[in-house]
Amino acid sequence: MAISVKKATGLYEKFERKDGTKTTTYCAGCGHGIIQKLIGEAMAELGIQDRTVFVSPVGCAAFCFYYFDCGNVAGPHGRASAVATGITRSLKDKVVIAYQGDGDMGAIGFNNAFQAANRGEHFAAFCVNNSLFAMTGGQMAPTTLPGQKTTTTPFGRDVANTGFPLHMCEVFAQLEAPVYIERVSVADTKRIMQAKKAVRKALEIQRDGKGYAFVEFLSPCPTNWRMDAIKSAEFVTNEMEKVFPLGCLRDRSAEPGLQRKPIEQKTLKELMGTTGHGIDPVPDPKFGEKRFKFSGFGGQGVLSLGLVVAEAAGNDGKYVSWLPSYGPEQRGGSASCSVVMSGQPVGSPTVDRPDVLVCMNQPALEKFISTVSQGGVLIYDKSLPVKPEARGDVRVIAFPAMKIAGDNGVPKAANTAFLGCMSALGLIGLPEEQVIEALAESFSSKPALVEKNKKVFEAAKAWVTSNIK
Amino acid sequence: MRKFTKGNDAVVIGALYAGCDVYFGYPITPASEIAEGAAELFPQLGKEYLQAECETASINMLYGAASGGKLAMTASSGPGISLMQEGISYMAGAQLPALIVNIMRAGPGLGNIGPEQGDYNQAVKGGGHGNYHAIVLAPASVQEMCDLTIKAFELAFKYRNPAMILADATLGQVKESLKLPEKESEKPDTTTWSVQGDAKTRRNLISSIYLDLELMEKHNEMLQAKYASMEKEAMSETYLIEDAELIITGYGTSARVARSAVDQLRKEGVKAGLFRPISLMPFPTRELNRVMLGKKVLVAEMSNGQYRDDVLLHLEREVRTPVRLVNRMGGILIQVEDVLKAARRMMKEVQ
Repeated sequence: MAISVKKATGLYEKFERKDGTKTTTYCAGCGHGIIQKLIGEAMAELGIQDRTVFVSPVGCAAFCFYYFDCGNVAGPHGRASAVATGITRSLKDKVVIAYQGDGDMGAIGFNNAFQAANRGEHFAAFCVNNSLFAMTGGQMAPTTLPGQKTTTTPFGRDVANTGFPLHMCEVFAQLEAPVYIERVSVADTKRIMQAKKAVRKALEIQRDGKGYAFVEFLSPCPTNWRMDAIKSAEFVTNEMEKVFPLGCLRDRSAEPGLQRKPIEQKTLKELMGTTGHGIDPVPDPKFGEKRFKFSGFGGQGVLSLGLVVAEAAGNDGKYVSWLPSYGPEQRGGSASCSVVMSGQPVGSPTVDRPDVLVCMNQPALEKFISTVSQGGVLIYDKSLPVKPEARGDVRVIAFPAMKIAGDNGVPKAANTAFLGCMSALGLIGLPEEQVIEALAESFSSKPALVEKNKKVFEAAKAWVTSNIK
Repeated sequence: MRKFTKGNDAVVIGALYAGCDVYFGYPITPASEIAEGAAELFPQLGKEYLQAECETASINMLYGAASGGKLAMTASSGPGISLMQEGISYMAGAQLPALIVNIMRAGPGLGNIGPEQGDYNQAVKGGGHGNYHAIVLAPASVQEMCDLTIKAFELAFKYRNPAMILADATLGQVKESLKLPEKESEKPDTTTWSVQGDAKTRRNLISSIYLDLELMEKHNEMLQAKYASMEKEAMSETYLIEDAELIITGYGTSARVARSAVDQLRKEGVKAGLFRPISLMPFPTRELNRVMLGKKVLVAEMSNGQYRDDVLLHLEREVRTPVRLVNRMGGILIQVEDVLKAARRMMKEVQ
């Protein structure tokens, strides 16, 4: 009697992407064929073929796209979990399957697999554990048994040297998010029937959008184990199961899956339109370039001082750039910013030779004093315990910014005092109302501070009027 | 509508106007504001944002999303981009479009977070394994950080190829006036090649494996033909070149510094002009030759002559065109004064 072998409808009848044959790329006695048949059958039975994207790995299963009659993506070595994350995050409500070997998933791709499991990504992760790297010729994998000989453990795996077999199911079972974790075997019919149930459950969880499911299959590798099919199956049952016990470690498939907290939805226009205005810059060849540097400690407001000047310039129709510089090794260390305003598009946004240099601390003063441009101005806080020696062509102003800010009840507003000083001296080159408007805008989130800062600004101006001729 | 905006934020804004669907990334200075901006804005628009566990995960999540025909992006800086190179090679091999933003910092190794342009070769020449190129665009202003992000998505999907925005710490951190795009881009139709988990795309396949050597060669030849066909997309900009005797050239931040130097040199009576490539792959070869041939050429960059080498490579040999380099490395922004000194010396020494 002729036997007709019917393939599961989730698999192609003939492998056109290969060479049109009906034979697979797997060795005789290998578990991949059985496992993939189970997946193909479950996919067809659940009617999810047109919702499914299958991610194949690098290794023996690299050519899954020959076989699975669904959308197929071939991922890089170890990255199937990350690729599947990308798919499931961007294609909602699809059934995503990441299929990996134990070397692919347990070694190079372990962090990706582990993190995906920990996030509870919505895909089914199937890991075929045959205790070694098979396609590359039988080298040690994280799952290689103690004492097991492979091409890279020729004397048997010595756990004192290369560690112990990695128990993926047990590790993943430490995580909160996975919905389902089970280890099965495909060594005999009874075990295959159990594996079939596990595959189906993992895919049902995907169909229902419940979260992460992980199934590890103990699978024979007769070629690399150098055993026949019968001996290989016995090895799986007698040796591998001792190290990797079968069973379900987690099943929360009956519970509702985790739901994300909803976030209020907006249109792009709403998101973009809520802040800022600003007008188109107007070319003005007569407005020469002005270059400012503001410097001090992080937290003294040097960056926001620069921003106020820059915003004022922008609101006045000037071309302007603002560039911060931090001491990166320490938050709150040195900070400075460069502001360039111009009547034409700004070239270099950095200020190597400032026309106006403001220093709020001693290190900044020492660092930048020699950089002031010819005919430029240096303003520093009068409380600094140094007498700066600048070149003869630099105008030096010791300005009591911190004192003025403190006297007016806002010690933190020394930066605003400097702004008032610069404005009074005509150093900003913009109408004062633009400067004050930008100052007020900078406190839009703390309206109570607007009036206080305006007071500091006025006090600074008054100091300039009575102290500087 | 204008906003006073940081370069890194302008990238996020550009991505949203381009219709970007998903952002996968891992924080790194000086690119972190892009991740932060995406984390805030994407979910409010129903788009997906995920902080990946590392850069290799980020780029492979991009690979997955791009396989589904979605507009996906990530952003990083030097060390992180190095980790992504394998994934970029896979995407080029599988012909997947996605956007990778590199806010360059100083290297090699951990280096520092100052601005450098030392990733030029990695970005322009391939960076990962195999014969491939990413499309590379080099903005020089906050406006272009936004506009070229949109353009990069457009080109990536037109050619089914990963695209990179190559900027540096200065462009990431600088704030300038940004004119918002008029409208959102239209979504490209990707159903002919992507895998969307539906009946229409069920037979599509995303893969870069060709075990048959001849098929692999054909695939490579097809890719090379595709790169050649991108030539028409080359973009560049000139400034005061009509009567120029000296052409200063640089991209990104270096071009900004060069522009200031050109202005200063003009004041000194030196006929200087600027050539700035906007696309580095495709390289604007024709325009470069039109502007530079027979002139004195000064290349300004923040790397060890990587861009200078490309200028030399693309210049026609028949006409003598002296080329000199002025550069800074280590996270130090090239100064206008550096360029001026080199320009003055070149005008004096080179006849």
